[in-house]
Amino acid sequence: MRHTRLVRDISLGIENLLLHKLRSFLTMLGVVFGVGSVVAMLAVGEGASKEALDQIRKLGSNNIIITAVKSVEEETTSTTQSFMSIYGLTYEDHRRLSETMKTIKKTVPVKLVRKEGFLKARVLELRVVGTTPIWFDLVQRPVIAGRVLTGSDVDDQAPVTVLTEYGARRLLATDSTIGQTLRIGSDAFKIVGIVKSEGGEAANIQLPDQQVDAYIPIDVARVYYGDISFRRTSGSDEREMVELHQIIVQVDRTEDVESTAKGIEEMLKRFHNKKDYIISVPLALLKQAEATKRTFNIVLGSIACISLLVGGIGIMNIMLASVTERTREIGIRRAIGAKKRQIIMQFLIETVVLSTIGGIVGLGLGILIPALITYLVAMPTVITLWGVILPLFISGAIGIVFGLYPAARAAEVDPIIALRHE
Amino acid sequence: MRKAVTARPDEHIVRLEDAYKIYQMGRQEVRALAGVTISFERGSFWAIMGASGSGKSTMMNILGCLDRLTKGSYFLEGHDVSTLEDDALSEFRLRHLGFIFQSFNLIPQLTVQKNIELPLYYLGWDSSRSAERARELAGKVGLEARLDHRPTELSGGQMQRVAIARALANDPQILFADEPTGNLDTATGEQIMELLVELNHQGKTIIIVTHESHIAAHAPKRLYLKDGIIESIVGEADETH
Repeated sequence: MRHTRLVRDISLGIENLLLHKLRSFLTMLGVVFGVGSVVAMLAVGEGASKEALDQIRKLGSNNIIITAVKSVEEETTSTTQSFMSIYGLTYEDHRRLSETMKTIKKTVPVKLVRKEGFLKARVLELRVVGTTPIWFDLVQRPVIAGRVLTGSDVDDQAPVTVLTEYGARRLLATDSTIGQTLRIGSDAFKIVGIVKSEGGEAANIQLPDQQVDAYIPIDVARVYYGDISFRRTSGSDEREMVELHQIIVQVDRTEDVESTAKGIEEMLKRFHNKKDYIISVPLALLKQAEATKRTFNIVLGSIACISLLVGGIGIMNIMLASVTERTREIGIRRAIGAKKRQIIMQFLIETVVLSTIGGIVGLGLGILIPALITYLVAMPTVITLWGVILPLFISGAIGIVFGLYPAARAAEVDPIIALRHE
Repeated sequence: MRKAVTARPDEHIVRLEDAYKIYQMGRQEVRALAGVTISFERGSFWAIMGASGSGKSTMMNILGCLDRLTKGSYFLEGHDVSTLEDDALSEFRLRHLGFIFQSFNLIPQLTVQKNIELPLYYLGWDSSRSAERARELAGKVGLEARLDHRPTELSGGQMQRVAIARALANDPQILFADEPTGNLDTATGEQIMELLVELNHQGKTIIIVTHESHIAAHAPKRLYLKDGIIESIVGEADETH
């Protein structure tokens, strides 16, 4: 009974709105664009931050990555002369980290060498990564063919290598390439597997793996290539001695990550007389990115809410005009016996219907725009459930908030005066 | 003469006791009603007359529960309505009263049928029952064929008939008519008055306000107001002060 009455009230409201189609449409536009911009902005913001968060997650939230860098003073003095610069992480650092810190579960030493790789007639500039099988635990990438490095590869100092999907494609390596020989520099390696690579850099985060990686056992790298590398730059030869380029550490429990990072910093400071390393903590980045995302969403949301507010004021304005215009009708209804709250309901329903329909249309618009953005500029956008429910809820609320005052004005119309109103 | 028709002949449907309606106009006090005491019998037909400013419109608004007295009492159907709140007055209008106005006061965007159904909407009737009742009432005023028309497509006389049908929808005990023929030509006005007389014969108490004596002549009882007090009563008064 009450249900059918509400349905009748709503259809009456719609009928009234349809009497002034253009006016209702224009009134609705404010909410349409308001809701549309809220949904679209949230989707774009969510998309941008999701991309960043995904990248950070790929680094592993329990990981700490220590990377060797040439210290600043070294960089400036080495430009003129050719001499040997010694910097970076040491085997000793790796041993100390894995042996002394209790919160650390796993450590991976990484040694990097740039070499050309030859497979039959193809050549590719490779980043040769000397590491241990634990690399594949910490930097988790799907295995496409064959296998990853094993403990026995390391123990035997076996000349084996694992390529990335990208490298394999460039070298025209296929499943059947597994077991074939890849020549790296002047040394022969047996290809044992191919892994997927995320590679590269995104959202200002350097991932540990690259597309041109070739993974070999660390001891093999040490024996074959030593710790000294040459780099021929214009005018001068540069010689560097770096034992380890990177150490990746996995911490047992997430809550220990930050304290462990501090501990590592303390330890390295004691044994390095210059700052030739960078410690990066994906978890800290993640937290920072999430905080940024929150701020971003709040700012975007607030801006969009202002447009919703403007839409609401537009509705209120029109409804006030409508009340004035329909004073006589209100008087008639009141004389017949309509109570004040029934008049309030009548006008409130009209406003809520208007703003809710505006909200639904705006939602469509807000879903369409991000889709278009993604299609045109390949920018990721994500529509969350919240991003949909919230604007709809807000548009309904706007109808009530901005409809209440005009409706109250309508209810206060004095039937005696209204009936004389021409 | 219609006492035979009324169920309870001794009952007064309307009773004003020492009724005052005072407006404050700046510093000036305007007494639209200055102590009116009168009773109307159930089933009677009254005309309230007077020059403009005599207080007849105020009296109509008071009797129609659209306005409240400043002082005094108003008994309607035996209830003291002078103390009722806005909602209760609305409820009283909805259940017991019907209104006809000089300017018809139909809602222009609603069809004839929807206009007639309006009181039923507030009474909470379902739509099929309301539609049936609207058709029956339209038949009664001879406008069955016009149910789907808008008021603007009708003549003045037809609009007033729709207004009468609407006023009858809630089956009121009292029908108020405020200058019902004011916007109509003489012939049409006569037809409307005949319709009201007929409704009175069917048992409705009718109170009209007019300043035209030939319209008032249709009412067996006439009350003349001047400066907010009863100047004279023509016809047999049911009870006066």
